[in-house]
Amino acid sequence: MWRQVGGRFALLTRAVRRARRRAGIGLLTPRVKRAGPPKIDVSRVGHRFGNQVVALRDVNIEVHAGEFVCLVGPSGCGKTTLLYALAGHLEPSGGRITIDGLRVKGPGPDRLLVFQEPALFPWLTVRQNLVFALRARGLSRADADARAREYVGRVHLDGFEETLPHQLSGGMRMRVQLARALALDPAVLLMDEPFAALDAQTRSHMHQLLQQVWLRDRKTVVFVTHDVREALVLGDRVIVMAARPGRVLQDLDVRLERPRDPDDDALVEMSRRIRDELRRAEAAGAAEGRDARIAADGAAPLGPAPHLGAPL
Amino acid sequence: MAADGRLGAAAARSLGRLAQGYAFSAVAGVPLGVLLARSALLRGALRPVVLGLQALPSICWLPLAILWFGLSETAILFVVVMGSVLAIAIATEDAIAGVDPLILRAAGTLGIRGARFHAGVLLPAALPGILTGLKLGWSFAWRALMAGELLFVAGGLGQLLQNGRELLDAAQVMGVMAAIVAIGVAVDRVLFRILELRVRRRWGLLEEPA
Ligand SMILES: Nc1ncnc2c1ncn2[C@@H]1O[C@H](COP(=O)(O)OP(=O)(O)OP(=O)(O)O)[C@@H](O)[C@H]1O
Ligand SMILES: [Mg+2]
Repeated sequence: MWRQVGGRFALLTRAVRRARRRAGIGLLTPRVKRAGPPKIDVSRVGHRFGNQVVALRDVNIEVHAGEFVCLVGPSGCGKTTLLYALAGHLEPSGGRITIDGLRVKGPGPDRLLVFQEPALFPWLTVRQNLVFALRARGLSRADADARAREYVGRVHLDGFEETLPHQLSGGMRMRVQLARALALDPAVLLMDEPFAALDAQTRSHMHQLLQQVWLRDRKTVVFVTHDVREALVLGDRVIVMAARPGRVLQDLDVRLERPRDPDDDALVEMSRRIRDELRRAEAAGAAEGRDARIAADGAAPLGPAPHLGAPL
Repeated sequence: MAADGRLGAAAARSLGRLAQGYAFSAVAGVPLGVLLARSALLRGALRPVVLGLQALPSICWLPLAILWFGLSETAILFVVVMGSVLAIAIATEDAIAGVDPLILRAAGTLGIRGARFHAGVLLPAALPGILTGLKLGWSFAWRALMAGELLFVAGGLGQLLQNGRELLDAAQVMGVMAAIVAIGVAVDRVLFRILELRVRRRWGLLEEPA
């Protein structure tokens, strides 16, 4: 009889665990601080553009080597601004950003930014775009050419090597840009909505490719997207941002085993909760809109952002 | 006139001069434009001078040229160069200032610097605009040369024109004028047009012809 009870109990706990998993409970937890120095340290970073728009306010993010971090947030919440600051294309007006303990001053060979727009050289063919970048890194012509062809194939663009960028579709151009970035093999990859223009099928191929490369070389990736499910499929961590002023709402660890299925119940449920959180923040932001505008006019202190919503 | 080879010889003489002066203008004007675009210091110092001198009709350089170089070939070349080099430099500066910042950032993140950046990114990115400047510079150079040759006895089409006037030969004058127009149109509408079309097509700035 005791064995029966024990059996029932085991069944019950398994059922509870399944139910909890389906409901996404315990799979998305506030970030646990890691030991050791971070690879990327964003500390109290604020940025105000010349036109007084506060694009970022008191942003604190630590990224450790080998982490895959996704930034999600509504349009205009400062995601691109933050990536530009990480890449060294923009000096934030407050706070500091260090990589391996060194302050970021301009672009460096350790980092590579995949732009939100397909930033290709329009006068070069697909292959030449890759070869040109690879040659600048000191590869011989033959090596650069072989590597370029390999990565063009990896993004499923075989047969388009000699095509000019303007003869490709938007999604194809983004894949060329991705191929160029991956071929250069940087330690830190900064990616700005690289797959927004792709169909579901191609996007899932690109997810696989990116995860493959990431798992193989343990790159540090900061990946911006406004697609919460994409963030949950790819990221070890999801950082939820809000707009006006751009700030971090939540920093969450994603405890889902890989490979992940975007249609998995738990993942869908988790994405629903993050989207609810974003909606709440937007509603609160609309109510506080007046205050934010006042803060943008005057010398707003870069104080801690008001914490919105409970941890998920 | 055409039959006795005088027209041909004069045209060859003029075009030879033009080629020398124009080549010098292009080789000096494009780098000058790049410098103006890339260095705020130089821009501050040189831009007003360049813009001011650009307003001067090129033939006004002739007296100075004759003072400095005498009645020589160099004097005419000087007028041709001064007539076109500044236009080329200004157009180049505009073209470089107008390069899409995204392309410059892409070069930055890819670690492309120095000579590779200038020759491989900056100049190609600005090439459509530079080409427009070179075309403008060419027509300025051609006008400057004709003006110079008219005032300055040194062979060439300009002198042939003057010669026709002295002989009261309206047919010769008109014939030479037609030749000057023909050369101008040929280079401008054929050579530069084709070059511009090819560059713009490659750069994706044109609709593909249906
Ligand atoms: N160069 C600029 N000058 C002035 N304001 C700017 C500039 N670039 C961005 N902004 C402002 O900063 C804020 C953040 O812009 P950013 O491009 O970082 O948003 P984003 O999160 O990347 O949005 P999206 O998802 O639409 O790409 C916006 O309100 C925008 O208006
Ligand atoms: Mg953006």
